Amino acid sequence: MRVTSTKSSPNLFNRLAEIIGRYRVLAVLVVLLIFPFVLPYQALAANILIYGLFALGFNLVFGYAGVLSFGHAAFFGIGAYGTGIAIVHFAAPWYLAIPLGVVAAGVTAMIMGALAIRTRGIYFAMVTLALAQCVYYIVYQLDGWSGGEDGLTGVTVRQVDLGLMHFSLFNPTAKYFFILAFVAVAIYVFSRILASPFGAVLEAIRENEDRARACGFDVRLTKWIAFVISGLFCGLAGALYAIHLSVVPIEVLHYHMSGQVVMMALLGGMGTFFGPFIGATVFLLLEDVVTTLTSHWQLVLGLVFMACVLFFPRGIWGSILRWIRP
Amino acid sequence: MTLNLFLLQLFTGVALGSVFVLLAIGLSLIFGLLTVVNFAHGAFYMVGAYVGVFLLGLTGNFWVALILVPFVVGAMGLVVERFLVRPLYGRGIDYPLLLTFGLGLVLVELVRIVFGLEGVPFDVPDALQGAVNIGIGWFPLYRLFLIAVTIALVVGLWLFLEKTSFGLIIRAGARDPEIMRVLGVDISRVWLMVFGIGTGLAGVAGVLSAPMTSVIPDMGTSVLVEAFVVTVVGGMGSLLGAVVAGLMVGIIISMTALFYPELADLAMFILMAAVLLVRPQGLFGRKGLMG
Amino acid sequence: MTSSDKRKGPSPTRRDVLTIGAAGGVLLAAPWIARPALAQEGPIKIGFPVPLTGPYGSEAQEQARCAQIAVDEFNAAGGLGGRMAELLVRDDKLKSGEAATRTLELIEKDGADFICGSLSASVQLAVNTVCAERGKIYNSISQSDAINEAGNFTKYTFHEALNPHMTAGAVGHHVFPDSGKRVAFLIADYAYGHEMARGFKVAGADYGIEVVAEVTHPLASKDFSTFLPQIQAANPDVLCLCNFGFDQLNSLKQATSFGMKNQMKMIAPALLYNQRRAGGADIYSGVVGGTNYYWKLEDEIASAKAFNDSYRAQNDGAPPSDYGAYGYAGVGVLLDAVKSAGSTDTDAVIGALETLKYDKYKGQQYYRSCDHQSVQSVFIIESKDEADMENEYDVFRVLATASADEGALRSCAELGHG
Repeated sequence: MRVTSTKSSPNLFNRLAEIIGRYRVLAVLVVLLIFPFVLPYQALAANILIYGLFALGFNLVFGYAGVLSFGHAAFFGIGAYGTGIAIVHFAAPWYLAIPLGVVAAGVTAMIMGALAIRTRGIYFAMVTLALAQCVYYIVYQLDGWSGGEDGLTGVTVRQVDLGLMHFSLFNPTAKYFFILAFVAVAIYVFSRILASPFGAVLEAIRENEDRARACGFDVRLTKWIAFVISGLFCGLAGALYAIHLSVVPIEVLHYHMSGQVVMMALLGGMGTFFGPFIGATVFLLLEDVVTTLTSHWQLVLGLVFMACVLFFPRGIWGSILRWIRP
Repeated sequence: MTLNLFLLQLFTGVALGSVFVLLAIGLSLIFGLLTVVNFAHGAFYMVGAYVGVFLLGLTGNFWVALILVPFVVGAMGLVVERFLVRPLYGRGIDYPLLLTFGLGLVLVELVRIVFGLEGVPFDVPDALQGAVNIGIGWFPLYRLFLIAVTIALVVGLWLFLEKTSFGLIIRAGARDPEIMRVLGVDISRVWLMVFGIGTGLAGVAGVLSAPMTSVIPDMGTSVLVEAFVVTVVGGMGSLLGAVVAGLMVGIIISMTALFYPELADLAMFILMAAVLLVRPQGLFGRKGLMG
Repeated sequence: MTSSDKRKGPSPTRRDVLTIGAAGGVLLAAPWIARPALAQEGPIKIGFPVPLTGPYGSEAQEQARCAQIAVDEFNAAGGLGGRMAELLVRDDKLKSGEAATRTLELIEKDGADFICGSLSASVQLAVNTVCAERGKIYNSISQSDAINEAGNFTKYTFHEALNPHMTAGAVGHHVFPDSGKRVAFLIADYAYGHEMARGFKVAGADYGIEVVAEVTHPLASKDFSTFLPQIQAANPDVLCLCNFGFDQLNSLKQATSFGMKNQMKMIAPALLYNQRRAGGADIYSGVVGGTNYYWKLEDEIASAKAFNDSYRAQNDGAPPSDYGAYGYAGVGVLLDAVKSAGSTDTDAVIGALETLKYDKYKGQQYYRSCDHQSVQSVFIIESKDEADMENEYDVFRVLATASADEGALRSCAELGHG
């Protein structure tokens, strides 16, 4: 075995990639477990978890179904507001508030999806953008519930009691692992969805929509279901964001948020399992590090994007995969 | 509510729509021919305003600045197309989109570095200051001028596209670039020119807007969204669509400002959603373009 | 390796990796747990989240410069018995989510003792929430009222900046008596915009003003032309611009082009020094507004002279701006309180802040006990014509001073404090 590994190192990478690919959920979790201890600070690590989950959910529509949506801020935002409002206005415990946010996001996705799914290409992107902006303004105007421009403050969860275990969410490490627990389950579920027949149909549609239709698949329904599932994942990310920051800023619904998640997915590698998490990590880490060095961080960010597009069009993870097994 | 106020508000909408028209034409032209969703369009608009500031400082003459800006910004567009966008043709719409998004960030930041954060003053030129009575009320002379310039540019562009042989090549290239190549036309030269014209138009829109709004590095960000809405409502790639939708959006914003001011921002998105749900390719868009 | 090996592989691998991961986690966590304890011994850390990038970047960078002056002065005077202060500037990007993350970083990672900063109303509320939950003193330098209301206020909340009730009130009391009774409002549609309008209306009630038009516009509008004809049609004597920053600049610029400057008097709660310089003299000439500070006050106020001098020494002779002064005072007063409390203990510093009478740059100030709002003077200023300016910094004329008075604030009961 030693001989083979030294002789043909591409083979080793290949095997490594294969192992990672097979146990991809586990691989992500291992990385995420040691994550908060290698990053500059826990709040950033938690943000990466949340944005990674957001990008993962988005990638189901963008990377796997091949549909570009510019309205995913709506699901993230409604997830955050749903959870926030449940906690602030109804004093709901976290274990009710989080599912409420997720369900609210899912319902939003059902409505938006039903309206938008008949348009295609760039027009789909624009319809989802328009509908998400409508959600933004509705929430903005309902300032009695949402706080309007000021945002929703006081989404405070102090203590988490799990029978045997109880801990304070003001402890940043505890909070990270609390969020990680949700993200871990979500990643597992996501990976099961991809492995299911539904996942196969999705990829068939992305590769050749007409052929999938000819094979008897209901393309529109499949896309709609993918859109709703994606909305649920993004809603969970939003719900966790509300608990993480104890505020829900109105900017979670802004189209910048939708744009950001597109960038993360593209940066990491759309249509790959790890891509979104890697994209979110690189994006946020880069922003965090460069911001402290120079106030012109957007210059660096912009140049990195341009370089990625020109030289690594498959995204970071996509390029690594290709390099390992050409 | 008097009739005069209503009419004045309508006219205000037309003036507002003029800027949208100028921005949307450039965006629509670039998309229609190159299928590039140019996310740097707002940045070129901002650069237009700053180049205007710079030229105004250099020459002291607004008119010289106004005439030179489209050429300077258009030239920048040529460079961008040749070296950054061209390698990406044939890779789908996502890559040029991401590239121009990054380019937009870079341009904004470069302007911040060169001209500072706080914005620069840009006054209405002396000859166009003040308001005139247009029968239904007082209206800024400068906005009347803006409407006139927009009409002149749209008509000029239309003549160029319909009556010149280069315009013919552009239109044919939009239909079928392969055939053009077979016929021996260097289609990449056509695309280069179109990108230049499109960004030049964004630059003109920027310098024309400079006396009305604050010239700050962020000025292009929000304008970009409006330009996209107009382009999509009118139909990507349609000159007529951009004009009609630009005026429509201007008037709708103006009317909601009068009756339901809190919805003024939302109105155009409702319009866009409604139009696309009924006509998924936009008002004047061709079916089949981008599926 | 054979294929049977492969099939057998997974379960031990998974278990191993998990064990290693968990063990590694615990090992790595150990040094982290020890970290906060160390923070007590180091310098006094003041976290300063401000929007360094974005449209108000120039104000924010000015604030950071001025806050650093306050820290330097404290250190030059020997600090707290030799313990020096350190300013940690962070970019909040004018976004609440970013600000909340940055504040968490400042408190959890950097071990900041106090937080001061923020410019916009929403960011201020987010920072306030995070600080209050973790028991850190937060001194806000954003000009919004909401933070002092009972729903948001905690004992850790302090508000150094003016609020719209004070500025709009002072400007209203100065202008309304002799500028005609017909008043129109242009209001940015968010809490802060409505707070400003309320301030004007409360002041106007004393003089029997008549509201002839009330037009709201979405926050961060670029084009105000669609809102102006209605105001013009109402033919007011005074137009109150209840908006801030670039909204104010753009609405003024466009109102001027509609010829409205000649038809009515324009007033604003807060005229910003940087904004006026970016907009140019023509746009602003004749506009009356309020401010916390204008550098020319140095002719009458000794502390203003001292502040200007230390700023000029570092900035090629340019005077500081109004927002810069907030940064200086916000951090300076925290350090004064540390000195007077003799420690950085949160409760001791709160006690010191509550009793402190301080004069950092504009005359005497103190924090009202019920809501920790800084009671201070408001200066009424008018923007000068180009021809009257002595130099490029000479942009305003001070018309009057509304002196520090608790009566100018909303009452504690109004804010919901029992």
